[in-house]
Amino acid sequence: MKKVMMGNHAISHGATLARVQVIAAYPITPQTQVVELLSEIVADGKLKAEFIKVESEHSAMAACIGASSAGARAFTATSAQGLALMHELLHWAAGARLPIVMADINRAMAPPWTIWTDQNDSLSQRDTGWMQFYCQSNQEVLDSVIMAYKVAEKVLMPVMIVLDAFSLSHTYEIVDLPDQALVDKYLPPFDYKYKLNVSDPHTYGGLTTPDWYMEFRVKMQEAMEQALGVIKKEAVEFEKAFGRRYDPVEPYMVEDADIVLVTSGTAASTARFAVDQMRQKGKKVGNLRMRLLRPFPFADVREHLKNAKKVIVVDRNISYGYHGIWAQEVKSALYGHSKVPVFNFIAGLGGRDIFPETFVNIVNQVKKMKRPDQELYWVEVKR
Amino acid sequence: MAKERKKIEFQKVDDLPPMVQSQRSMAANPTGSWRNLKPVIDLGQCIQCTICWKFCPDAAIDWVDDNPVINLDFCKGCGICAEECPKKCIAMVKEGK
Repeated sequence: MKKVMMGNHAISHGATLARVQVIAAYPITPQTQVVELLSEIVADGKLKAEFIKVESEHSAMAACIGASSAGARAFTATSAQGLALMHELLHWAAGARLPIVMADINRAMAPPWTIWTDQNDSLSQRDTGWMQFYCQSNQEVLDSVIMAYKVAEKVLMPVMIVLDAFSLSHTYEIVDLPDQALVDKYLPPFDYKYKLNVSDPHTYGGLTTPDWYMEFRVKMQEAMEQALGVIKKEAVEFEKAFGRRYDPVEPYMVEDADIVLVTSGTAASTARFAVDQMRQKGKKVGNLRMRLLRPFPFADVREHLKNAKKVIVVDRNISYGYHGIWAQEVKSALYGHSKVPVFNFIAGLGGRDIFPETFVNIVNQVKKMKRPDQELYWVEVKR
Repeated sequence: MAKERKKIEFQKVDDLPPMVQSQRSMAANPTGSWRNLKPVIDLGQCIQCTICWKFCPDAAIDWVDDNPVINLDFCKGCGICAEECPKKCIAMVKEGK
């Protein structure tokens, strides 16, 4: 059934279709309509779930950890400072190998106070052990929630669904709501082998000496490596079930491109539009959309950038004193495999619009250069 | 309290569960030896309000025949019960005295 809905509600419907059993959320800003609609769905009896209102995002994740440990399918959503407040428990959820799924609406970090998009909130959680899926449409958002539980429950690692504030979260698009029966077939109930059991009590996550701590970290890394294969397999399975496909990266006209723009989130669809415009003028430009931050799709990135003469990473984020975070990831993947120069442009922080012309101007600027003469280039800033 | 050195059951990474689990319930892990101060309840003044029982973070207070009883195998001596007691009838007494 096709419906017109905002990105936030696409998440709520995705969680409902995934039959989440526990939703824990802080109901005040920076919260969004994600849990507002979910609370209505639960109150109306349309979803059999516990909706727990908590006093902070830290507690929201703590409640999800408890629920997931007991074998429930747990869900939450947050943004920006809320995600930052969860930080300690993001490590706990991943370290405890709990397949929790959460939606993060990408909002820039304060101060100065802001409600608009950029990726610094989610990218700051890069090393917590959460998978991160960056979405570019409301359909992808809904589908990703369903797919995320499938992947998470197979490898026992949590997933963060990431979407841009406003340009997805509050923008209405046509979304195909899959049939519940189809979703149930694709995503069976979660049967957690290690769930809490009152008749066989154990404590989880207790003191572990240097003798064994490192082995648990090896297992986490192996689970993440395994996840990449699972995500690729599920891209195929999901397409079979629902007719839509989501690969770790999405290449667009990269095969013969001299210049490839690497982007993520909604900026990726804008970049593709700009690529079409530039192609019409005979410029050999392509786009590589990054959907996965973790597990990082090294091989896909190398493969799709192997023909490029110049790579431009446009980052809607910054690591202060360094450069854009996706640029760091892409450079790291290419190091030792390719000598292609990587140019890094920082654009659209705090929700500043990124237009097709923005990408055209960036490409024109890069055409004049052989190699980058700065670590990063600011896009459209007042001087 | 006799301390029994437990043998590690897992010898290979493949045998490990995805996360650390204690081999048995925490009931098999007495923590009373951590204590420096011991709570002593003056039952003559106690009004059986159950506040100490509710506040004990280690669930180390049992309710026996309408009275609170400290389980000294697990009480770590934190003193929260004494702090919260409305009748101030729980004294924290130095261990060994």
